Amino acid sequence: METFYPSTVEEAVTVLEEGVTPLAGGTDLMVEVNFGHSRPERVLALRRVEELAEWDGNRIGAGVVWRRLERHGPRALAQAARTVGSPQIRNAGTIGGNVATASPAGDGHPFLAAVDASIEVRSTEGSRLIPWDEFFVGVKETALRPNELITAVVLPDELPERHAFGKVGVRNAMVISTVCCVVTRGSDGTTTVALGSVAPTPMRAYRAEQMISAQAQPSESDLAEFARRVAEEVQPITDHRSTEAYRRHASGVLARRLLERCLVESAA
Amino acid sequence: MIVSFRLNGKEATFPVGHPASLLDVLRADLGAAGAKNACEQGECGSCSVLLDGVLVCSCLVMAADVEGSEVATVEGVNPADSSLHPVQQAMDDAGAVQCGFCTPGIVVAAADLFDHNPHPSQAEIKEALAGNICRCTGYGAILRAFEQLAGRDAP
Amino acid sequence: MTTRTRQTTEVTGGIGQSTARPDSGPKLRGEFQYAQDLTADGMLWAATVRSPHARARIVSIDIAPALAIDGVHAVLTQDDVPGRAMFGLEHPDQPVLANGEVRFWGEPVAVVAADDEDTARRAAAAVVVDYEELEPLVDSEEADARDEVFRRMRIRRGDQDARGSVVVEGFYEVGMQDQAPLGTEAGLAVPDGEGGVDLYATSQFVHVDQEQVVASLGLRPDQVRAHPVGIGGAFGSREDVNLHIHLCMLALYTGRPVKMVYHRAESFTGHVHRHPARMWYRHEADELGNLVRVEARLVLDGGAYASTTAAVLANACYFSVGPYRCPSVAIDGVGARTNNPPCGAMRGFGAVQVCFAHESQMDRLADELEMDPLELRRINALATGDFVPTTGQLITTPLPVLEVIDSLEAMPLLVDEPGADPLELPGGTGLTTERSDVVRGVGYAVSIKNLGFSEGFDDYAQARVRLTEEGAIVETAAIEVGQGLVTVLAQIARSSLGVSRAQVRHMDTSRIDSAGSTSASRQTQLSGGATHQAATQLRQRIVDRYGGDHLDDAGVWRGNELVASIAEVTRETWAETVTFRHPATERPDENGQGTIHADLAVAAHRAVVDVDPELGMVRVVRVDTAQDVGRALNPEAIRGQIEGGIMQGVGLAIMEELVVEQGKMRNATFTDYLLPTVLDAPSVEALLIEQDGSWGPFGAKGVGEPPTISSTPAVVAAIRAATGRPLTRVPVRPQDIALDDAL
Repeated sequence: METFYPSTVEEAVTVLEEGVTPLAGGTDLMVEVNFGHSRPERVLALRRVEELAEWDGNRIGAGVVWRRLERHGPRALAQAARTVGSPQIRNAGTIGGNVATASPAGDGHPFLAAVDASIEVRSTEGSRLIPWDEFFVGVKETALRPNELITAVVLPDELPERHAFGKVGVRNAMVISTVCCVVTRGSDGTTTVALGSVAPTPMRAYRAEQMISAQAQPSESDLAEFARRVAEEVQPITDHRSTEAYRRHASGVLARRLLERCLVESAA
Repeated sequence: MIVSFRLNGKEATFPVGHPASLLDVLRADLGAAGAKNACEQGECGSCSVLLDGVLVCSCLVMAADVEGSEVATVEGVNPADSSLHPVQQAMDDAGAVQCGFCTPGIVVAAADLFDHNPHPSQAEIKEALAGNICRCTGYGAILRAFEQLAGRDAP
Repeated sequence: MTTRTRQTTEVTGGIGQSTARPDSGPKLRGEFQYAQDLTADGMLWAATVRSPHARARIVSIDIAPALAIDGVHAVLTQDDVPGRAMFGLEHPDQPVLANGEVRFWGEPVAVVAADDEDTARRAAAAVVVDYEELEPLVDSEEADARDEVFRRMRIRRGDQDARGSVVVEGFYEVGMQDQAPLGTEAGLAVPDGEGGVDLYATSQFVHVDQEQVVASLGLRPDQVRAHPVGIGGAFGSREDVNLHIHLCMLALYTGRPVKMVYHRAESFTGHVHRHPARMWYRHEADELGNLVRVEARLVLDGGAYASTTAAVLANACYFSVGPYRCPSVAIDGVGARTNNPPCGAMRGFGAVQVCFAHESQMDRLADELEMDPLELRRINALATGDFVPTTGQLITTPLPVLEVIDSLEAMPLLVDEPGADPLELPGGTGLTTERSDVVRGVGYAVSIKNLGFSEGFDDYAQARVRLTEEGAIVETAAIEVGQGLVTVLAQIARSSLGVSRAQVRHMDTSRIDSAGSTSASRQTQLSGGATHQAATQLRQRIVDRYGGDHLDDAGVWRGNELVASIAEVTRETWAETVTFRHPATERPDENGQGTIHADLAVAAHRAVVDVDPELGMVRVVRVDTAQDVGRALNPEAIRGQIEGGIMQGVGLAIMEELVVEQGKMRNATFTDYLLPTVLDAPSVEALLIEQDGSWGPFGAKGVGEPPTISSTPAVVAAIRAATGRPLTRVPVRPQDIALDDAL
């Protein structure tokens, strides 16, 4: 086994090629290794690359750990960060790693989808920005090329005025989400709703968004219709964690509650 | 390849031939068996250590990645002049140990909490320990121990 | 000059005191040695090849690719088992390594030994097994129909034509719970160089491990010594042999010490689980609420091999009515044989499943009668002098059913209104739920279970007590799994002998007779009983030897005169060995009648839950309990058992289930088999109900299992109270609460 310890992104991408496994917090990769599902022969250890942990305004370095996002992130992202694994995981796991793993249950993804974030990647050929909906391709599949390193997630210059995160799980801590959701609401009523664990990739409920964005002051029946549309748009499956029917139901309920929180705050 | 790092303040080295976890190396190669393995996936906290002063699960740290780092385990938690760290003493006093398999991880996590926040609230104690599973105690005595240590009355 | 006076008060560290554990210091410092931590010079590591199918014929096994890996020393299959090819706790029906057919997912097929753990695991993965998949039998009722059963139970008592005017019927299900002790299975086997072997492995019962190793290795009993080791929890999962025979085979084959530690995913397949149950009930009562008749049919899925299914099934049947009088009873039970993971002992042992059903029935009956649910339980409560409704056994030991109910009801309902902190609401930091989304519910349940082994089993424990210059030493092969055996036996020795220094020494199987299993809540009564008797007899012998009338730390006294100092006394060798048996029990007759149980214990639980009905999420706010303990030998240790036991009951109520589809586990990891965290833990208040009269030492009863039994139905009753949902299955899942077509 060979391990590279670059100290800059430039050094890192020189090494990165097919067969080299990037290692950041290790909280996903080492599970695969410990279970015998992965046995990397060449490892690119990124913990010492300080520039990956840089966080400049709306550009969050890929090496920023959940603990920092929990304390200093935009509200809904901070709320999501607080639900990632345990304190130990949040101290080690990074947003770049979360994006790279591309688990359908990635707790950080709905926020990125809700605000239309992009993923910044770099290779020896240069950098490119990949919009979130082009980056996440399928279950644990991304548009990342083998020679590309995730260097940051880039949020839009202006975040919506209100945003809220929620996550349904069977345990009160350290739980994989059954459904997780972010709702944003701009001062002009523009609403986005993004969900995780209800499709192969993070997804937006565009029809529900469209319907509710048109309502400056949604009524009870608008909210009910919004919830119904969200439940209809998600594409969940039944597995050992939950059922399709419950995930649909919970998606609608959670999205409506998060929207209500945004509305209450707007009113206040 | 030989990896060098500091373990509880002392220089340590080990050879690495495959992507072993820090936990495996601590237990199998370095004779530091205090950290326990109960899940191999960061879901129980039994293997908690400090890596460069940060609380992590050693089962999720690739051993090769500790090159040049400082690792502190339960073996290094108590001050030189005492056999028990205050969090250990509090657990002993409260009867918070049963099978004890989760105990080293809880000691490391709690010591980290109290080092940063000597008077945590009950909610802060719970959230700080939410990554440490105990299957024996139902957490009652563990909470009593740390509430006492935080200078708060047990419920 | 020191003046010594005869001690008149209770000895320090004796019974009734919350003496600290002797092993907590080493455990807190990470120095305590668990089976996982053992090493030996020249040690090899072992790993297990497991079946990926629930049922398949083994066409061929090619071990050559594994042997070709550098550092691999042995790959053994069924053909290499030197002695009896089968093992089993009650019936040897399980192959040591699969013999031609695998019958459950994860069944061991081969074992390997190599220089290190990584090599051993790679070698295990390199063994090529060619399987021909067969259709697994995974439905317990279909197994019943095909007569694939380990045991059938039939209980008939009283007038079978008795009928009540108020009738409730129900069907209930319990999912498969795992003990999930934090320490996985682990052990080290060391060849003695003369054809024998020393085994240091996780266990609840070393003597029965030793017997099984002896049989399967074809050795003489004196060639195998099983040693107690440090154990990271058990809860029933360590009664059966798993890696024990494999380790000894590999050690003798290679001539080197061999170590094996299961990973968590393996551990889920490597031990038995709590039986999933399907239960049909019919309760009939008169208008006043007196139970007239209870009928039940119980189907427990035993999985592929026998383990303790026969005993678990019997227990489920015996306690199927709960702690209530009932003159007419008809119970039919089946322990089904399927290709699901084998099930066996787990804390509560059959009483857990039926308690969920009978307590759900009692609540429905109370509803039907428009009666307070506790009042219904009170008017039917069993008491000393009554007959157990199922077996007809006369209850001769204290049975404070009324007392636990009354005491629980009298406990103040201490619940604060949840604040704004999401940690205090369902969903926790997931921020799903606000205060206005929450409905609170309160529920009750009461349970009964046997203590010690039943049905005529020769249940005994041996202990030896010595008095030396180090103080009293209790020698035993009883296993400390975390429950506090090492504390309570020393307390019993101190009080019985009169000296304040006492310690427990663990003996291997060659040095003392069996202490029986650390299960069935039995060691405080059985090994405690042996310790008490041995220490009492030893004290008498010592006092008699010096013509005295009292022994304490100073020595032997006659009146106020010290006739022999403790130094003088301990110059002689003092030891007393006692084999203690509880009152004899009998096999049931053809109607399930007889004196089946040695002792009984009861408990009552009150749960307070906050439910978000729309999302189906639950937070258990608190669980209060009153428990029958006979005599509390160590109140703090009992509180630890109660809080921990309740947490496991809460786990079964709302989150813990091994999901098995077509015989395969879908969630055999700690990511997906959810154990309660500290943020899921309810506050607990416990009242210990003490009554004299049990045969345990100083009147003590076992305390480990009752907390787990009625906490589950109390939580579900509370969720029903909050939501109005029927909730006939545990664990209760969010969809069961939130969706209209739910159970």
